Amino acid sequence: MTAQSHRNPTGGRIDRARTLGFTFNGRYYEGHPGDTLASALLANGVHLVGRSFKYHRPRGIVGSGAEEPNALVQLGQGALTEPNVRATQAELHDGLAAASVNCWPGVRWDIGAINGLLGGLFPAGFYYKTFMWPARAWRAYEWFIRRAAGLGLAPREPDPERYDGTHAHCDVLVAGGGPAGLAAALAAGRAGGRVILADEQAEIGGSLLAGGGTIDGRPARAWLDDATAELAGMAEVRVLPRATVFGYYDHNYLGIAERLADHLPPAERAGRARQRVWKVRAGRVVLATGAIERPLVFDGNDRPGVMLATAAQAYANRWAVRVGDRAVVVTNNDSAYQTALDLSESGVAVALLADLRAEVPAALAQRLSRAGIEVAAGSAVVDAAGGTRVTSAEIRRLGADGTTLEGPARHVPCDVIAVSGGWSPAVHLFSQSGGRLRWDEAIAGFVPDISRQAEVSVGAARGTFDLAAALAEGARAGAAAAHAAGFGDGTATAPAANAREVIAPRPVWRVPSAGRGKAFVDIQNDVTAADIALAAREGYSAVEHLKRYTTTGMGTDQGKTSNVNALAILAHATGTAIPAVGTTTFRPPYTPVTFGALAGRTVGPLFDPARLTAMHPWHVQAGTRFEDVGQWKRPWYYPRGSETLHQAVARECRAVRTSLGIMDASTLGKIDIQGPDAAKLLDLVYTNAWGGLEVGRCRYGLMLKEDGMVFDDGVTARLGPQHFHMTTTTGGAARVMAWLEEWLQTERPHWRVYLTSVTTQWAVAAIAGPNARRLMAELCPNIALDAIDFPFMAWRDGTVAGIAARVFRVSFSGESAFEINVPSSQGMALWQALMTAGAKYDITPYGTEAMHVLRAEKGFVIVGQETDGTVTPGDLGMDWIVGKKKPDFVGRRGLARADCKRPDRKQLVGLLPQDPKEVLVEGAQIMADAAAPPPVPMEGHVTSSYWSATLSRSFALALLKGGRARHGQTVPVHAYGKTSWAQVTEPIFYDKEGEKLRG
Amino acid sequence: MLLIACPFCGPRDETEFRCGGESHIARPGPAETVSDERWGDYLFNRANPKGVHLERWLHGHGCGQWFNVARDTVSHRVLAVYRMGDPPPKDLTP
Ligand SMILES: [Zn+2]
Repeated sequence: MTAQSHRNPTGGRIDRARTLGFTFNGRYYEGHPGDTLASALLANGVHLVGRSFKYHRPRGIVGSGAEEPNALVQLGQGALTEPNVRATQAELHDGLAAASVNCWPGVRWDIGAINGLLGGLFPAGFYYKTFMWPARAWRAYEWFIRRAAGLGLAPREPDPERYDGTHAHCDVLVAGGGPAGLAAALAAGRAGGRVILADEQAEIGGSLLAGGGTIDGRPARAWLDDATAELAGMAEVRVLPRATVFGYYDHNYLGIAERLADHLPPAERAGRARQRVWKVRAGRVVLATGAIERPLVFDGNDRPGVMLATAAQAYANRWAVRVGDRAVVVTNNDSAYQTALDLSESGVAVALLADLRAEVPAALAQRLSRAGIEVAAGSAVVDAAGGTRVTSAEIRRLGADGTTLEGPARHVPCDVIAVSGGWSPAVHLFSQSGGRLRWDEAIAGFVPDISRQAEVSVGAARGTFDLAAALAEGARAGAAAAHAAGFGDGTATAPAANAREVIAPRPVWRVPSAGRGKAFVDIQNDVTAADIALAAREGYSAVEHLKRYTTTGMGTDQGKTSNVNALAILAHATGTAIPAVGTTTFRPPYTPVTFGALAGRTVGPLFDPARLTAMHPWHVQAGTRFEDVGQWKRPWYYPRGSETLHQAVARECRAVRTSLGIMDASTLGKIDIQGPDAAKLLDLVYTNAWGGLEVGRCRYGLMLKEDGMVFDDGVTARLGPQHFHMTTTTGGAARVMAWLEEWLQTERPHWRVYLTSVTTQWAVAAIAGPNARRLMAELCPNIALDAIDFPFMAWRDGTVAGIAARVFRVSFSGESAFEINVPSSQGMALWQALMTAGAKYDITPYGTEAMHVLRAEKGFVIVGQETDGTVTPGDLGMDWIVGKKKPDFVGRRGLARADCKRPDRKQLVGLLPQDPKEVLVEGAQIMADAAAPPPVPMEGHVTSSYWSATLSRSFALALLKGGRARHGQTVPVHAYGKTSWAQVTEPIFYDKEGEKLRG
Repeated sequence: MLLIACPFCGPRDETEFRCGGESHIARPGPAETVSDERWGDYLFNRANPKGVHLERWLHGHGCGQWFNVARDTVSHRVLAVYRMGDPPPKDLTP
């Protein structure tokens, strides 16, 4: 049982019938539905919520919404924990557990506070100046800094929550559900437009939730209830509470982060998505994002109990919380007068209102004096005294120019100082949209000026702070936006409210110091007015430099309360005007968005779906280890018993060389090419000539980019006079298809050629080895299989094990081989039939690793392994495939460059390590001279390196400068600090004459 | 994210497309008549203007067709969309 010591018995938008228990830093407190964590803490008299980032000064709750710089908490535990949540936006739920993010070991006894005593050590640019040298010490510095700096902990376990994402289109998107936004949504909705109204709070209403006033002759809160009810009844209007418009991108594309379940206790979240990101394409956008109150920069302005005037007012009116027992209000504008009255009415003794202006608004001042509140004109709070809570305010009169102090000091005891330094329109989304800002002297703030997209700002977001004017602007903008989409006549009747006369604020960006404490500009990053002045003296006079040097405006709040104060103080220090200093760039997101929400459902297996062949279940059952090749899962090797990779691969290789192996080759890219100009296309994209290829035969081809470098390779078969079947590398299939389409559509649009990707139409089993033909003969009665009727590089249609099949006599292993293509649906049946019938030859499935070894023994290259985008056919020793007589092919002119003919280009060679048991490291560098001092000139690198069971020794392929002329030389090969020696050979180690493969 | 009106499918999100760089770059030839300088220019040099840019786009996750877009590189406004082989529209003002 705890008392909510500072909760009033009546008033506010909370549900007193229910009590919610929660803990903060391990202590138990209570609040009510409708509370935020911040309002519930304040209801319990808790202001101290953390320690500051750099000086570890005690810090309290400053704001009541997204602008909060201080009250960052760690919510939840274990996998559900979330750092840096603003307590002002965390809705209270039963069992909520929160802790301060930024204090170690505790909020009241804090070891880092020593930094505060050593404040002189932490000037602007502290990190750059102090932790620069020696570089090797950085690890030690970093440990200290990170340990001391804090800012929350990321969870270590995977996020168990579910997230969602959705797309939407609308005629009018209204960002912000305050009075101006509501008026806009009502006007657009009444005209019949499709409207989305998004607001970051749990309740729609914005400033109406905390303020008073009348609209259409009724209390504003009653009007609000009617307005939300009317919107809820409109079929084409979607109202999203708890939804922050966080990003405004090109072509009116906006992101909204909607919190669906964060306000529920974890047990009630089961089966629901926690958050959802909306990606909205809007016809028109109405930005009704309100304004953010600015603090005043005076000594001690960071003490717990010093808070924004609107926040103090909101806690009083919306949450029935007394933010203290005795308050001082200090302001440079009219708005805080109402705060003083509201605080007084809620039971906070208001000792005094200090107005920086010499001339005060007479009517408001009169109302204050009737309420017994002293108004000190032309005065400011110049220092806030206290420790973990403010205890008194020092009041002084300001000189005429705002830079000097006059008269005696008054020390007014208080536990709250409510501060208003004027208002900054929340122009973040406008700025993200590409709009240009203008400095408005009258309100001393930046306002939207020139739009780049189809949007309009209304209300406080454009500096219109008067309720009546904001409602009128909203209604006008909503009607106009709907009209632009074809709804209504563009006019609307605005709700009526009393207009007020406003006296301009008096900007005093740095309240003169009485000579003692620190005056904070950016409370989250612990940047003081003195830091900014120092940075300016050191030459960081551009606002973007200032930001990076002092860190002002960084962090989780991105300077919502501090940016304008910072650049105004910079302007003053450099003797420039504020508009000339300009602002830093606002970037999305407006407030932080969780990674989970951004990822949505595309996590785990849905992040990048795996592609599986028709035989995949068989491989799984066989205990196969898989390798990812592009999106495909390919069998890597098939261990038997406790075999290692190398044992299995050696066995698989031996089986292929001595009897019979079988490989799932389904993943090779396959493109069906048809049309009268099909052969012309092949002539264009391959280096060799295709016109003479007979139907029934296949040919190997290399594709180049226009620069002459190898891009892909594969075997293409002629199925008919105008019909070809092209194969590509597994990883290159989509790339090659797009490449061919691009050439056809953009360079040869008059050619009649049609391409169809048929990769997944066919399942392919490749059988290879001395017994391959015997097995084929048994299963394939209708294809003549001898080497004359069915020669190497030919294809035949027939049946294999009773399944209609197209069989290619191609070989990547160097053995006599048949690639059997059947419809995907028959892939498994084919595989099983081959395994059963092949048992007598001990048919052995082999994976990609064995395939790599077998092809390397034959010196067959793999594009992407022997090549890296800088390798020509000549470099690979494949000049024979480049058609010398062809007038044109892609890459022909590129190959003609002198550089492609240099004799010292890196060329493909074989390597035999001096130690036949040593397998060289792939990627190892070949040195010119092992004794050379660093940096050692490099002459090439190892591209493929294996143990060969067939050769009973290790071998490698490499690219080596001038390598073809260096066969027989011994070269030093270096990797991981070790130098080995290897003999350069020609890049073929097995069956050099190709008798086995043709046989 | 840009909204691009594919001439075959209508307006679609940028994520369905792939940008293929500057448009109307003629491939020089026959190969043996092309100087190294001319070839290098074709391969590597592009206008990269601040303002109107004529560029090729592929509706890869859609109809699979290439087409041309005139885009203002400052505002990202799409000023015109036209088919491969068509000349750029006149009077493209950003
Ligand atoms: Zn399309």
